[in-house]
Amino acid sequence: MTSVIENNAAEPYAAYFAGLMSDPLAGLSHAIRNLRREGFSRLEEMGFPSQEDEDWRFLNVSPIVRGRFLPPPPAAAHEGEVRALLDSAAIAGLDSYRVVFVNGRFRKDLSSLAGLPKAVFAGSLAEALASPLQTRVEEHLGKHLAPKFNGFAALNAAMIEDGAVIFVPRGGVLDKPLELVFVSVPVENPFSTHPRNLVLIEPTAQASVIETYIGEPGAAYFTNAATEVLVSEGARLSWYKVQREAQGAYHVAATQIVQERDSTVAHLALNFGGAIVRNDINLYIGGEGATGVLDGLYMISGRQWCDTHTRIDHAKPNCESHELYKGILDDNARGVFNGRIYVHQDAQKTDAKQTNQTLLLSDTAQINANPQLEIFADDVKCTHGATIGQIDEDHVFYLQTRGIPKDEAKSLLTYAFANDIVRRIAIDPLRVAVEKIVLAAREAPTDFVI
Amino acid sequence: MTTETNQIEELALREYKYGFETPVEVETVPKGLNEDIIRMISAKKQEPDWLLEWRLKAFRHWQTMTEPKWPNVKYPPIDYQDAYYYAAPKGVGAGPKSLDEVDPEILKTYEKLGIPLHEREILAGVAVDAVFDSVSVATTFKDKLRDLGVIFCSFSEAVQEHPDLVRKYLGSVVPYTDNFFAALNSAVFSDGSFCYVPKGVRCPMELSTYFRINAKNTGQFERTLIIADDGAYVSYLEGCTAPMRDEHQLHAAVVELVAMDEATIKYSTVQNWYPGDKEGRGGIYNFVTKRGKCAGRNSKISWTQVETGSAITWKYPSCVLLGENSVGEFYSVALTNNFQQADTGTKMIHIGRNTRSTIVSKGISAGRGQNTYRGQVKIMRNAVGARNFSQCDSMLIGDRCGAHTFPYIEVQNATGTVEHEASTSKIGEDQLFYCRQRGIPTEDAVNMIVNGFCKEVFRELPMEFAVEAQKLLSVSLEGSVG
Repeated sequence: MTSVIENNAAEPYAAYFAGLMSDPLAGLSHAIRNLRREGFSRLEEMGFPSQEDEDWRFLNVSPIVRGRFLPPPPAAAHEGEVRALLDSAAIAGLDSYRVVFVNGRFRKDLSSLAGLPKAVFAGSLAEALASPLQTRVEEHLGKHLAPKFNGFAALNAAMIEDGAVIFVPRGGVLDKPLELVFVSVPVENPFSTHPRNLVLIEPTAQASVIETYIGEPGAAYFTNAATEVLVSEGARLSWYKVQREAQGAYHVAATQIVQERDSTVAHLALNFGGAIVRNDINLYIGGEGATGVLDGLYMISGRQWCDTHTRIDHAKPNCESHELYKGILDDNARGVFNGRIYVHQDAQKTDAKQTNQTLLLSDTAQINANPQLEIFADDVKCTHGATIGQIDEDHVFYLQTRGIPKDEAKSLLTYAFANDIVRRIAIDPLRVAVEKIVLAAREAPTDFVI
Repeated sequence: MTTETNQIEELALREYKYGFETPVEVETVPKGLNEDIIRMISAKKQEPDWLLEWRLKAFRHWQTMTEPKWPNVKYPPIDYQDAYYYAAPKGVGAGPKSLDEVDPEILKTYEKLGIPLHEREILAGVAVDAVFDSVSVATTFKDKLRDLGVIFCSFSEAVQEHPDLVRKYLGSVVPYTDNFFAALNSAVFSDGSFCYVPKGVRCPMELSTYFRINAKNTGQFERTLIIADDGAYVSYLEGCTAPMRDEHQLHAAVVELVAMDEATIKYSTVQNWYPGDKEGRGGIYNFVTKRGKCAGRNSKISWTQVETGSAITWKYPSCVLLGENSVGEFYSVALTNNFQQADTGTKMIHIGRNTRSTIVSKGISAGRGQNTYRGQVKIMRNAVGARNFSQCDSMLIGDRCGAHTFPYIEVQNATGTVEHEASTSKIGEDQLFYCRQRGIPTEDAVNMIVNGFCKEVFRELPMEFAVEAQKLLSVSLEGSVG
């Protein structure tokens, strides 16, 4: 990717970076320090992306670039707000393990990991580096999602302080979903957090993870997350991302998932919050017989701007991928969907299907949809489809004739549109919680839920 | 093309046997590109001052631009100073002396396409006497057109005879600031076609470069302008199916179409320039800007293209749908074999209310060919009730080629409905087996399947053209199935 050189992109972060490097306690390890250095020099070299870059041309990130968001000092003054937010993020009826981060820092006291199967690791990056996992972590961190991916990934690498590490050993099965909760509460100045997550699912292991971002309404902050996931031979992973950042917050996240042979990954992203949101989800299918699924729903209104870029790499033969992304845009919201399927020359017998559907609820909402196929193998089945439309007046009329008021009918039809995604959530309590969020966003009575 | 015109054409060609000597002036302008060269070109063509000014403005703008890098094609850098920008028709001795000197591969292709012998000489650029300039037939057509008030002539002629029309519409669809190659073309364009169909006239024949006089050999910077006034209809054919010998490697043409109220323009292209040899050496770079403006209510512009030639094809025939209820259509077959690269597609810009557009694109990649569909559908805020349907299908033959699809969909209006579908597939083993089982050789079976794959587009071509296009496809595909 080419970037317009922004000579001073790294400058606002220089002092913080220097402090980070000189603090022996925040040093973590040599490998991490090297990764940070690489991140910082990449950022100096590439700068932040701008609308001149093909991959960023429909998203204006200048408020983030100009914003000078620095990582906040550790603050414990907002305990009440933190607990209230954690309560609101709680999924009713869900029994889970929880790893909690507040303003980018791991909070053991708020996490609940009791009963975690032996040999499974879930916790902070610092803890993992102090455990026997150290070499594994150092080996993989920054390898799958390199700082050169883009300016934000470079910044994340430069600012590495904390993040979640999950390790499920060979044949291990996580008996309960594991939640990663990232809470942001306001401190004096606008701030940024740079969670760096690493997930290693060993051969034939199984896990499901719920990654949640939640912020205090009114808080001004910028979340810049980077997540690397390795799913080894025959392993299964289901991943749910629930993004409910504060309305004014900025959220940029890059996720790189690497699949080995016969593995199965299902990634489902739900985006509701944030003022400017950018998700990069890359799935690299690097082993035969693997199946990857990327699903997503974003539902935005007001002046929200949500950009999703997905890339699926089929590097090996006989793999399958399925992708369904849906967007609902109201008011002046702007949506971007860019889905690329890249079939390498060796990847014969690939079966890839991508669908993107967008529902526009207002005349001032805008969508840019770019489904892309790049195919270098001849014996493949690849399709993509994109539709953009509005609620069918005939459907509304049908419901009206059955005595359902017009507004309610529209909400119901919107919900039905979203439900295609929502019903794919295999964790029942999470599904019910998401249904409620969707209905509440349409101001529809929540007893629609069947 | 109707049978009638076909007969006339044959007649025209037969006359060549007795051809007459045409004195050919050889005029060239020195190598390189600067304002003096442009002044010289303009002076040689005796152009009015406003056109020279326009060329110079375009040139000055071009100097501030950089060559775009976003297309999915690779080629060595072009040295714009190392080229001639003006050459009048080449004289005797410029081309091969006879067909014996022409590449036998090309001759074989002519054979397969069933092109008459003397026509082969013309196509191969053999330096025979005056080529298509068969005055008698051309004047018959010209008279008929003149009676209806249709103006159809070379661009240079139009500049002299109808300066007001040219001045009004030149650059109105593709301004000289549009893109790098359009700016270059605006500065140095050599010649091209001009067509104006007056109010309420339905042009009685397919206008084609075949019987266009004085405008042949229009060189590398062709400029075409077609205007259909209120209620008019015109169908224009460009190119021909046989591979043309060509001196220039870079071709940067500009085509502008304007359709007024209730007018329809149908523009069909068959492009089969030299694609380079089997190793990917040589071949034409075809970098073209084509755009039509549906300026009036209920107007319609339809592009149909069959692209099989050129080493690199890079073009996006587009429609700006300004008028209420206007319709834009794009039907395309692009084939890349050996080392050919194509980055082609369309833009449909919906501005007016209830505008509709249809895109059907078929890409076929064989050998080491790289075929890219790149299209944009944009529905602007005021385009209430706009509708688009796009379908782009790719077919891969062999495992060294690539197919790419990059659609851009931008919708700024909730009443707009956009559908896009794309698929990629290969010729099924079972389809081939079925054909072979019935005694059809593999190569014929592949041709049948490919023709079936492209049927939706061929259907849009004028009948005569469609038959040729089918033949062309099978010739171009030869050797790709092993």
